[in-house]
This record gives sequence, C-alpha cells and structure tokens, in this order.
Amino acid sequence: MFEYAPAPESRSVVDLKPSYGLFIDGTFVDPTDGGSFKSINPASEEVLAEIAEAGAQDVERAVRAARKAYDKVWGPMSGRDRAKYLYRIARLIQERSRELAVLESLDNGKPIRESRDVDLPLVAAHFFYYAGWADKLSHAGFGPNPRPIGVAAQVIPWNFPLLMLAWKIAPALAAGNTVVLKPAETTPLTALLFAEICQQADLPAGVVNIVTGAGDTGRALVEHTGVDKVAFTGSTEVGRAIARSVAGTSKKLTLELGGKAANIVFDDAPIDQAVEGIVNGIFFNQGHVCCAGSRLLVQENVADRVLESLKRRMAQLRVGDPLDKNTDVGAINSAAQLERIRELSDAGSAEGAERWSPPCELPERGFWFAPTIFTGVTQAHRIAREEIFGPVLSVLTFRTPAEAVEKANNTPYGLSAGIWTDKGSRILWMADRLRAGVVWANTFNKFDPTSPFGGYKESGYGREGGRHGLEGYLNV
Amino acid sequence: MSERVAVRKTYKLFIGGKFPRSESGRSYLVQSSNVSLASRKDARDAVVAARAAVKGWAGATAYNRGQILYRAAEMLEGRREQFVALGVPGDEVDAAVDRWVWYAGWADKLAQVYGGANPVAGPYFNISAPEPTGVVAVVAPERPALLGLVSVIAPAIVSGNTVVVAASPSEPLAAVTLAEVLATSDLPGGVVNILTGAITETAPALAAHMDVNAIDLSGVTDTSLATDLEVRAAENLKRVLRPAPADHDWSVDPGLARMTALLETKTVWHPKGV
Repeated sequence: MFEYAPAPESRSVVDLKPSYGLFIDGTFVDPTDGGSFKSINPASEEVLAEIAEAGAQDVERAVRAARKAYDKVWGPMSGRDRAKYLYRIARLIQERSRELAVLESLDNGKPIRESRDVDLPLVAAHFFYYAGWADKLSHAGFGPNPRPIGVAAQVIPWNFPLLMLAWKIAPALAAGNTVVLKPAETTPLTALLFAEICQQADLPAGVVNIVTGAGDTGRALVEHTGVDKVAFTGSTEVGRAIARSVAGTSKKLTLELGGKAANIVFDDAPIDQAVEGIVNGIFFNQGHVCCAGSRLLVQENVADRVLESLKRRMAQLRVGDPLDKNTDVGAINSAAQLERIRELSDAGSAEGAERWSPPCELPERGFWFAPTIFTGVTQAHRIAREEIFGPVLSVLTFRTPAEAVEKANNTPYGLSAGIWTDKGSRILWMADRLRAGVVWANTFNKFDPTSPFGGYKESGYGREGGRHGLEGYLNV
Repeated sequence: MSERVAVRKTYKLFIGGKFPRSESGRSYLVQSSNVSLASRKDARDAVVAARAAVKGWAGATAYNRGQILYRAAEMLEGRREQFVALGVPGDEVDAAVDRWVWYAGWADKLAQVYGGANPVAGPYFNISAPEPTGVVAVVAPERPALLGLVSVIAPAIVSGNTVVVAASPSEPLAAVTLAEVLATSDLPGGVVNILTGAITETAPALAAHMDVNAIDLSGVTDTSLATDLEVRAAENLKRVLRPAPADHDWSVDPGLARMTALLETKTVWHPKGV
C-alpha cells in the first residue's frame, strides 16, 4: 500500500461541553434522578462527555411537553409555516455540517470521509425533502384530508446517529406530529447538537424533545401511554419486543430492523465494478449497516477471479483514525459490538469456514476489527444466517439464477439485495423474485430522501423516505 | 304423487381448492346445519395450501388477477337467490357483488397509484412498486357475513396475496357458499382458504404461524383475544390490521387502506450511463 501522510480533520470546529442534559420543552434540563453515563470516542476510548440518563419521570415530562406542543402549537400551525421551520433546520444543518460531521465521527467512529460526504448531505437533504411536503399533504395520495397522529416516540440506533434522527424527525414534523426521540446510548452527541439547532431555528418548545439513555429509557418511552406512534430502528429482537408491547393499544408502529442481504454477482458482471460494490456493500461504515451486503453470492465459474480481485482490493483499505481523511474503515462503535463481531467470526471458523483478512495494523487503543471475509460458507453456518453488523463478509457460490434467488431469499430478513450482471432482463427477473425492500442493481448502499427504504419479513414494516415515508406519520 | 325429498348440502371447509371435512372429524350445529369445526391442524394445512399458491398467484399478471376477481363477481351475481335463501339480505348480496367488481378493477391500477418513480439526486433509475406480502390470515367480521367477508378477502388477494380466512362462527353458511363461488371462478386452488368453526381455536394458530406474513383482525371483537393474537403475531413480525370498530359500517367506500396494509414496497435502483 502507498504510504500517505496523515491528513486529520481538525477537531477544533467542535465545541464539546463536559456534560449534557435532556432536551425537554425547548430547554436542556437535568434528569430528575440525576443519573448519567459517559459517551466515549470508540477510536481512542477517550471520554467525550457526560450524558444525562432519562428515567421514567423524565420520559413523562418529555411526552407531556410533546403533547402540549402538539395541541397548542404544532398541530394547529399551517403546513406552510411548519415547512419554513423544517427548511430553517435543513439550512442550519448545511451551515454547521462540518461541525456535525466531525462530532459524528468522534462519537461513532465512522470515517470523516463518510460522515462528511454521505451522512451530512443526506441529513440536510432529508429535512429539505420533507419540509416541502408539510403544506402538500393532501396531494400525497392518502386522501383529501390526512391528519397527523399526535406524539411520536422514536428510538434510533448508533450506526448513522444523525441520519437516523433525520429519517425519524423530518417526516414526523412535516406531517404535523411532535416527537420524543431517544438516540442510542453510545452515540447521543449529534442528537444533542441537533437540539441546539432546533433552538437556533426558534422551533417552538416541545415540538422536538431528546431524551438520552439506554434500553430502559427506550422502553419507558415506547410503552408510555401518552404516545400515539412508535418508530424504531434497531435489532429485530428489540423490534419484536416493541411489537408485543404495543399489542392491544392504538399506537401506530413502524419498524426498521435487521438484515442479511445477499449481494449476487453473475459471471457476466464487470468484475472490477462488482468488487467495488462488494467492498462498499460490506465495509462501508465498518459494516454497521442494516442493509449491508453481508452475504456475497458469486457465480461458481467466476468465484476464483472475484475473490482474487476482492482480496487485492481489501488489501488497499485503510483502517484507522476516523478523523483522517484517507481512512476507509474506522472504529467499531463499542466494546460490546466488537465482542459480538468476534464471537460470530470465531463461530465462522469453528463451523469450518475459511477466514481471511489482509495484513492490517490496528491501533492499540479503541475498538477495531480488520476487514474479514469467510469462504467455504454454507447456508447452515451462523455467519450466513445471523446479522454480524461488522466488517465481515460471508462468501457463498451458486450456479443458476434460480439457485441464487433461492439462497438470497433463504433468510428471515428481507431488507436489501444486490445484483451484478450486464444483462438487463436478468436484473428485472431477479429483482421481481428477491424478497427485499431495496434492490440495488449494479450499485449498492445508495440512499436518497425521495427513495422509500424498509424491509420485508422480519426486517420490519413501514417505509422511510419518499412519499411512502409520510404514511407512517399520518392517519389516513 | 308424493313431494320430492330434497338433497341437503354438507357444509365443509375450503382448503387448496378442495372441500375437505375437518381433519378432526368434528362439526357444530349452526344455522340449522352441521358445519365443520376446524382444528389447529386444519389451520396449518390451510397455510400450507396458501403458501403453495403464492408463487402462481403473485406471479400472475395484474390483468389476469383482475379478470378472475371480476369472474367471481359474475358467479356471485348468478347465485344471488342462493344467498338470499341463506338469510343474506338481497341488498347485501348486491353490495358484495359491487365490492368484488370495485376491487377487481384495482388489480392493474394499484402499482400506478401506490408506486412510482423517485427523483433521486444522482444518475440512477429508481422506481418503487408494491408487491404482495405473501400469506395473510384473516378473521372475518361476524356480520355482515357476506359483505364483511368479501370486504376482507378481496383487498388481500387483488394484489397477489393468498389468504386463510376464519369465517363468521355464527353465520358460516355464506362463507362456505362463497367458497363455491370462488371454486368456479378460475381462482387457483389455495388462493382463498376458508375455515369454519371457533375463532378461539383457529386464530391463535394462525397468529403464531411462522409462515404467515400478515394478520387481519377485523372480525375480532374480544379485546383480550385481539391483544393475545397481536402478541403472537409479533414473533415473526407479521403485519397486523387491528380489529374494526364495533360500529364499523362495511357498506362505505373502503378506500385503499385495506389493500396497502398488505403490500410491501420494493425499490429498485440502477445506475444510468453509457
């Protein structure tokens, strides 16, 4: 690999406070019982800030604030004016995008190249897109008079902290709901900076409330009787528990859960492009992506060529400092996640798959995992069935298109899939048969605010993005 | 000359296009007839039949599905008097026929109304289209026995889903007779499967079944049963339609919601270039 001089992005743009309160009713407040936890930089294990932990009483306060704002301000407000607030927020995100990107990389461990070039542009675009819907809801195809639902409880994961916040808050607010959002306990910082942006935009108090904490806080929020809508992105296991907890209530539920996507490479695919797509599919964001192409299905007669090329490409990946602009693969988000990736990878070896990683020097401090592929994987192996949520690719082979479909669909998940072939009719034939909410043909991991995203089967229900994304926040 | 002795009908289940008795050999007396009392095993058999029918039905052209649903309306119209003889008001039969026709027309329009092209910020072709979710379990409304039943079956199958329906326990004859209509409408066997008997017996088995993709609780009136079914459905994250309000008027325009609740949206991306 070429030696590059380090090119670190400056941290000085971020003004970190030693501690952060809860954002309730337009102001930062201390938690009732005074609990707190630390958010650390996963690349160095350095403590970034002390974060308030919301208990049941704090959740109660936040829900009440959201209800009041819904009844008194946001509900009665015209769509035109709601739109203007959302446009303001979008602009402020653009203006402060460098600050947000650096903070995201610090707190999450993702490469600055990704937070700067993928996350932040998409976050701003998402607010822009839904801002425009706020005064056009009667044209969205859900009948002449769609109504907001009320107070939305939103719980988001740590892999794209600010982007998931945008996916949740932008459509909810555009549709006229107010929200209480809980960011993940390992990545709360950009959500708290977003709260400052809401203040800067003069967003009416209580329209957006941010309660930080872990699983207990999330449970208190989604089970609160004062919420009308629950939106969750995270693991299928927690999604199931939430689906049970809303049973028998009138709460509307949307879930965006796990995945085990097949990335299918046919023998007529342009190999170099396909290899780029495979790398992007599994190593983008350290593989902390629910729609990651974590199962490579490669046609048997080109498997050797594809793997040789893939290994050569993997040897060029730069793993290390997330703030270095040359970095391709950053830090694993937490010690717990690193442990899970290690455990599943060890199971891969133990079950007989062959493990390979490029020579790769990992930093001493922080949480790191080298890009890894397993060959000789069968459909019965745990690494072919369970979501690893890390930079680990399982390689399987197939002979016919029908076999590729069979293997791709042989999973309880159904979030995404990839197809690589030069034959147009085969793309469409495959796309029809893959049971997945997003199908990327000759590309992978592309996102856009106008494009609906969400899963089949146990990957959840409801769509985020596009016109479809409004439906989960409207009574239609 | 003596009066002719009538030939009576045996009311049975409708599974996989056939009319079997309950595997349990049980029946119950209702509406002056012995009607099959479906077991949990019958429910599972019906799911197997429904799953087997998904590929052909979801893979049929929308035009073809629309033709077959329209054919069902024709057959229903022709049997109007038979339903009236079972105690279904003539107005209700008419409304049921009209509802079949309304839904039949949606088959080849739904994807245009509910899907579409997405103007993404990049050189990509991007299109979203609705697809059936798969096998749908349905608890049909207790009454109106015919219009309620048609109003839950038609929106599920028009898009390519297949269904297992737990019919009204107190008025099951209309459901079994509707099965005869469907059996003569070129509807492939297994697309609609109808169970008669106790909801408390069949519905929990369907709600917990791991090869069912969605459950429509429209006809569940017991709130604790509804909660129990929704909890069971969470195990494999079934799409859930919650019970209809007790005062729900089945004769009003149903809108798109019953169809769209049983659809998945698939979005396909492809780069543009030369």
